[in-house]
Amino acid sequence: MIEMKDVWKTYNNGIKAINGIDIKINKGEFVYIVGPSGAGKSTFMRMMYREEKATSGTIIINGKDVGKLKNKHVPKLRREIGVVFQDFKLLPRLTVYENVAFALEVIEESKANTRKRVMETLSLVNLKNKARFLPDELSGGEQQRVSIARAIVNNPHILLTDEPTGNLDPETAWGIMDLLDQINNRGTTVIMATHNKDIVNTFRKRVIAIDGGLVTRDEARGEYGYEN
Amino acid sequence: MKIKTFGRHGKEGFKNLGRNGWMTFASISAVTVTLLLVGVCLALLLNLNAFGDQLESDVEISAFIDLTAKQDQQDELKSRIENIPEVESVTYQSKEEGLDNLIENLGDDGEVFESLKDENPLSDAFLVKTNDPQDVTAVAEQIKQLENVQDVEFAEDTVNRLFKVLEIARNVGLALVVGLLFTAMFLISNTIKLTIVARSHEIEIMKLVGATNWFIRWPFLVEGILIGIFGSIIPIGILIYGYYYLIDLIANRFPTLFIDLLPVTPFVYQLSGLLIVLGVIIGVWGSLTSMRKFLKV
Repeated sequence: MIEMKDVWKTYNNGIKAINGIDIKINKGEFVYIVGPSGAGKSTFMRMMYREEKATSGTIIINGKDVGKLKNKHVPKLRREIGVVFQDFKLLPRLTVYENVAFALEVIEESKANTRKRVMETLSLVNLKNKARFLPDELSGGEQQRVSIARAIVNNPHILLTDEPTGNLDPETAWGIMDLLDQINNRGTTVIMATHNKDIVNTFRKRVIAIDGGLVTRDEARGEYGYEN
Repeated sequence: MKIKTFGRHGKEGFKNLGRNGWMTFASISAVTVTLLLVGVCLALLLNLNAFGDQLESDVEISAFIDLTAKQDQQDELKSRIENIPEVESVTYQSKEEGLDNLIENLGDDGEVFESLKDENPLSDAFLVKTNDPQDVTAVAEQIKQLENVQDVEFAEDTVNRLFKVLEIARNVGLALVVGLLFTAMFLISNTIKLTIVARSHEIEIMKLVGATNWFIRWPFLVEGILIGIFGSIIPIGILIYGYYYLIDLIANRFPTLFIDLLPVTPFVYQLSGLLIVLGVIIGVWGSLTSMRKFLKV
């Protein structure tokens, strides 16, 4: 479960990104974060995995007060949260298999376990037959599926996705949505920041709108609500 | 740390060296030059130190006894000197022994004094050593006041001047060593920064998926340590060979030269060990400083 209580974030350069957010997201929910560019969506997400620290207020993730977490405990928090980006962030010199396995290697998982988990995850994202390919040899949608596989391979409770369909054509974007839906159905909380009106209005889920660093709307089966 | 992980860090560290081949070469060369200079400085400093210590223990006061003093007066004088608290030992030296020592110390030049043996101008003397060479002047003053003392001599100015020179040499050498070590550290740190920048993408992902900071640090630490170790090989070789050569040279070519160098074993090997340790320390230090900025969580 994710809970934010009166969270504020002012960057060192004076920019006020988040100005008092209270929100609760239950385990297993699928939530869209919408809002114009620069509204604070990315900051909102980054604070959850402690890439940014809130200036004031509390953020509680799975019972842990993220702001009070000691630096050495941050890695443990991040193992409970998978993160996916618009630009995939794959390592170009590693194969698909190695890219996904990398996430387990660096948390010192055993080789046998790694192999089993990576193959399972690759078959979930439907890329088992491309395990030996390099990222460059894949389409955009396939690359995004690799990055999703890397984010979920260690079974995190929460999957944060920042514009996962931003670089993809509509048809491929649907495929990614199907995949995120599947992951959500297995019990993973999925939070997705997006600008894609069609997706939000078609796959109806909870919508949280952030504007000017504030929650301006929070609807259970909401619509995108912006013209773009 | 698991053994497998240990192996991974080692492998990654070696790979890092290869990734920036020329910079690695440059910083290993920098460490080599630095450690060579540091090694020579240290060899000089430690020998100077040993020389100074030896000198300090050699400082003696010669108290010449009045020609008129009888045996019991001499004995009394001796026990009086011995009663001065700072005095360590008192030895009697007859005027014949005094002259012999002088001739011996002067070597070939001493032969002129051979003719003086019949009418020896020296007096019998007590050779006095103090516990602490710093007390020499004070003790000499006290002895001067005693009865039956003709004159007191000690190498006051020479000794003091020598001590001062030694001290300056020591300080300058030490400052040089520290400065050199900083430079080498700085160079290593820059090389490792390059590797880190080249791999910043990878590090970002490592942090994202929950690698601990130490897991990320280790390969770079290994890189720094390897640069330090590789950089110390050539200086150690040169120092061992050079020191042997020097000792040999002095023993064979200039046997009369009054220089007592520290013996090869264990000195050169201790120095070699010290150079490796210094190499590793500047390597570790260099990599830690270069990583600090990049690993802020």
